[in-house]
Amino acid sequence: MSEFTLTLIKLAFLAVLWLFVIAAVGVIRADLFGSKAAARAADRAAAPPRPAKASRQPKPPRPQHGGNAPTKLVVVQGERAGTVIDLTGMPVTIGRAGDATLVVTDDYASSRHARIYAQDGQWIVEDLGSTNGTYLGRTKVTRPMPIPPGVPVRIGKTVIELRK
Amino acid sequence: MSSIGDQIRAQLPYNRRGAASLALLIFAMVLTLSAFAEVGLARDGRLPLGLPLYGGGLAVLAFAAYFVQAKFAPYADPVLLPLAVALNGIGLAMIYRLDLDTSRGKQAALSSGKAFEDAADAPGQLMWTFVGIALFVAAVLIMRDTNRSDAPLSFTPKTAQRYTYLIGLGAIILLLLPVVPGVGREINGAKVWIAIGGFSVQPGEFAKLLLVVFFAGYLVNKRQAMSLIGKKIGPISLPRARDLGPIMVIWIFCLGVLFIQKDLGTALLYFGLFVSMLYIATQRVSWVMIGIGLLAVGIFVATLLPFMGHVNQRISIWQHPEPYFDGGCMMASGKVEPVNPNTAIFKKNQIILEQKAKQYESQGNAARAKNTRAIAPGWYACTNELKGKYADSAQLMHGLFALGQGGVLGTGLGQGKPWIIPLSFSDFIFDSLGEELGLTGLMVLLLIYALIVQRGMKTAVAARDPFLKLFAGGVSFVLALQVFVIVGGVTKLIPLTGLTTPFLSQGGSSLMANWILIAILVRMSHDARKPAPQAIQDEGMTQIVSTR
Repeated sequence: MSEFTLTLIKLAFLAVLWLFVIAAVGVIRADLFGSKAAARAADRAAAPPRPAKASRQPKPPRPQHGGNAPTKLVVVQGERAGTVIDLTGMPVTIGRAGDATLVVTDDYASSRHARIYAQDGQWIVEDLGSTNGTYLGRTKVTRPMPIPPGVPVRIGKTVIELRK
Repeated sequence: MSSIGDQIRAQLPYNRRGAASLALLIFAMVLTLSAFAEVGLARDGRLPLGLPLYGGGLAVLAFAAYFVQAKFAPYADPVLLPLAVALNGIGLAMIYRLDLDTSRGKQAALSSGKAFEDAADAPGQLMWTFVGIALFVAAVLIMRDTNRSDAPLSFTPKTAQRYTYLIGLGAIILLLLPVVPGVGREINGAKVWIAIGGFSVQPGEFAKLLLVVFFAGYLVNKRQAMSLIGKKIGPISLPRARDLGPIMVIWIFCLGVLFIQKDLGTALLYFGLFVSMLYIATQRVSWVMIGIGLLAVGIFVATLLPFMGHVNQRISIWQHPEPYFDGGCMMASGKVEPVNPNTAIFKKNQIILEQKAKQYESQGNAARAKNTRAIAPGWYACTNELKGKYADSAQLMHGLFALGQGGVLGTGLGQGKPWIIPLSFSDFIFDSLGEELGLTGLMVLLLIYALIVQRGMKTAVAARDPFLKLFAGGVSFVLALQVFVIVGGVTKLIPLTGLTTPFLSQGGSSLMANWILIAILVRMSHDARKPAPQAIQDEGMTQIVSTR
């Protein structure tokens, strides 16, 4: 076998090695940002169709069944009554700790009390191991539960609601 | 490309990625088969005879592992298995390549009646790969995701938390076994082996995993005190003196490993593992600083103690390997005198030894003459004439020559002479690969390790249970540290110590332990990535939960 062929084989093998690593990184990338095929499927599911060029800013989750998705979180009862937080798609944490999205000064609330986050176009409330519990309507939240529109969430003396 | 679907997935990447995993696995097999093909084409001008056996064998094993993973851990990280298979395949191809050449040397040695120990053994490595992947399959099966908590043979990584201290005891027993007379075996001066049946097993490889479990279980309970209490001095907060207990115990234990087993690499591995897990558990930089300080003190003490001379010598070889090439002598003053076969002192002592042997022969003492002839003249010159400590840096030097020979693009698989390096198939396989794949290929290998570690750390971040977080973090870190210690050693970045290169070097224990490690990560990533149980009923006091 000629020197030239051997060099070609050698370079081809190194190229295959690098392609493998690039493919692996591609799979990881798809894991983080979603693969193109999955993104197209998600776009089709989302109605109405979105403009082709979209910004990367967080947006409220697109409703899956018509236009009834809540856009804001309203404190209806408690010391912070009247406070309105816009729902941007980012999780909202509620508690007494200073780093919570909604800080409540309430002796019955824990420092990291509950979390509200978007999943599949729904908003889910999750209790973060609070002392006095979180209530969705009259049900105690023992695991992540979707919040139906208009159902109050009670945290200590504070009651919040999701509104359109 | 920015869609809502993207953003939701960015928070919750819970997808089955079976197809991607399978595609990558096929790519890993293509990689392995082309490595074998290149070896054959370059060396003999035809496809190697071993291709169907080695390539086919590995392919069958890898796909069996894939199907078990797809069935029992469908949400598992898609890249872990293909990356491990790729490393194992490249290692197998390199060992096959070295076996072709060392076998020739072995036959020559056997025909001339000499003992020949250092040999690459490709069929053996294939067998151990088989055992390793079988263990992966068994581990994924045993740790399968099940609804029933009382399912037979169900042992998830979380179950290990119940047996923290038993597992810690097990780790210490495994570590001590090689020192026990009768059970332990000494190979190439290192007491890290035990004999089971006809095989030599390195229990330290398994002890590593058990230690991660033990540290994780221990730190989960104690991390509150270790992370919160303490005095704040400047920007760092120092822990209480009594919380220093565990780190001191581990430090003394690692120094003990260093004294008894004379194994700097293992000591460094365990101590680094503990410090890193302490940092993961407490998020306190002061623990890392205390750890680095203790490490520095430990190494300093070891260089001062007279019976720890080998540490000094390791460091001396690391700084200047040249005078030790083929034999060097470190004298009490710290000066290094070469005693290689080209020096006058070597020749002089060779003659002295030969004269002594002849003298014994004339006295009719043939056994003693034979023993005298077996003495290395360099060692004899060093210990008798120069009153120093003998060491040989030929391994490291040959490894560095190989890297230099390889350069950026390498000589190409099958076209270099990596078998010249002593232990080219085990400790120095990274240098062997460096000669034939060059820097370009070594970068790929390091990237593959980095990706495995990154996926492990990602699993740790995504895990919901603190014990599993620490477990996954520790397991990934120990892999990273091991690669750093051995690759750093053979490239003269740090003093050389004998550790195995995960998945690449020849050896059953290492392969088995690392495949179990990948199985644990696969299982934990499945847990971390699978969707949370969905409520299927929105109203009413009683909620029915589907776990599928």
